Amino acid sequence: MLDWIQTLGQNALSRLAAFGRAGQLLLQSLVARPAPFTMFPLLVQQLYFVGVLSLVIIVVSGGFIGMVLGLQGYTILVDYGSEQAVGQMVALSLVRELAPVVTALLFAGRAGSALTAEIGLMKATEQLASLEMIGVDPLRRVIAPRFWAGFISMPILTVIFSVVGVWGGAIVAVDWLGIYEGSFWANMQHSVDFKEDVLNGIIKSIVFGAVVTWIAVFEGYDCVPTSEGISQATTRTVVFSSLAVLGLDFILTALMFGEL
Amino acid sequence: MRMRTMEIGVGFLMLAGAVALVVLALNISGLSLADQGGGYRIYARFENIGGLTARAKVAMSGVQIGEVTAIRLDPKFLVAEVEMKIRDDVDYLSTDSSAQILTAGLLGEQYIGITPGAEEENLKDGDRIQDTQSALVLEDLIGKFLFNKVSE
Repeated sequence: MLDWIQTLGQNALSRLAAFGRAGQLLLQSLVARPAPFTMFPLLVQQLYFVGVLSLVIIVVSGGFIGMVLGLQGYTILVDYGSEQAVGQMVALSLVRELAPVVTALLFAGRAGSALTAEIGLMKATEQLASLEMIGVDPLRRVIAPRFWAGFISMPILTVIFSVVGVWGGAIVAVDWLGIYEGSFWANMQHSVDFKEDVLNGIIKSIVFGAVVTWIAVFEGYDCVPTSEGISQATTRTVVFSSLAVLGLDFILTALMFGEL
Repeated sequence: MRMRTMEIGVGFLMLAGAVALVVLALNISGLSLADQGGGYRIYARFENIGGLTARAKVAMSGVQIGEVTAIRLDPKFLVAEVEMKIRDDVDYLSTDSSAQILTAGLLGEQYIGITPGAEEENLKDGDRIQDTQSALVLEDLIGKFLFNKVSE
């Protein structure tokens, strides 16, 4: 019995310590700011790996999700004779919810896991330690550019996801199912508000980008430097960041749209 | 990989993001940059505005010429008074124009449709449209229909 309580306490303490270390990492890599000029080439490199290489999966899934929304919306709305509302349904659900959330989930799987594995391997092969030996702060050199890259590329990817999704929905609804093009776009423009919907979606994506990259970078930096430790850290990155994204999405939605 | 390729890739990403944001703003949310300009205000009294709200469009022959800016209850006549802003370049609405509250589609938004009249003089800022027709309220319609059935 006492042993069980001891394990519980141990777990809680190590969780708390991990939280503390994560906060410390964030603070040290962001607030102890590196010189922007030396960081810029590193940032470009990371933006390329994190952002540009994620573009394909974002565009493809955005297109398909928009097309599915168009099809599903049409089959439901046609029963009520208001299939013109497909446009606003597709656009609102994409801009408000699906684009930020799905992009964040894909981003966690595509870029977050790679970040964790890369940093974890750097730690396991003692590259981080040798950086420190030659007097280069690994937080500045390795962690900060990766963090900023995730933070910057997530909103861009989300916006691209929305646009491609709406375009996919328009292809299905207008070109294949024959909804009148004018009412499709007019309904959409009438119901989607730039501040309420688009900007709130972008705010969501910025929050998700920060959280996902933070988790990914921290798990990599904090992993047990063995091959097993790296694999566990990568799994934890995907699981934790997906859960964090979905949970935060509920909170943000409640704050933005729910009038709670 | 060479730095140049990466920089081109990142530049492309940034550009795509900017273009997507512009498309999102202009094409999807219908944010228009030029329409915050002037306009003149006209008023109309309606017995029943149905589901009309502020920012609803004001259209003539289906073409948008302005928007509803405020709706309030007129305490003297006990009817709704709608204030709308008409674009400055549409200065040829005659004083005997009539205003109707219409519905776009079955479940669509309600808007105000203006039908031009024949008078020489045109509406100016602060003028009032006299000839109005209220929104179609489904319950009223059903009520009338039932009443007719009973009286037959």
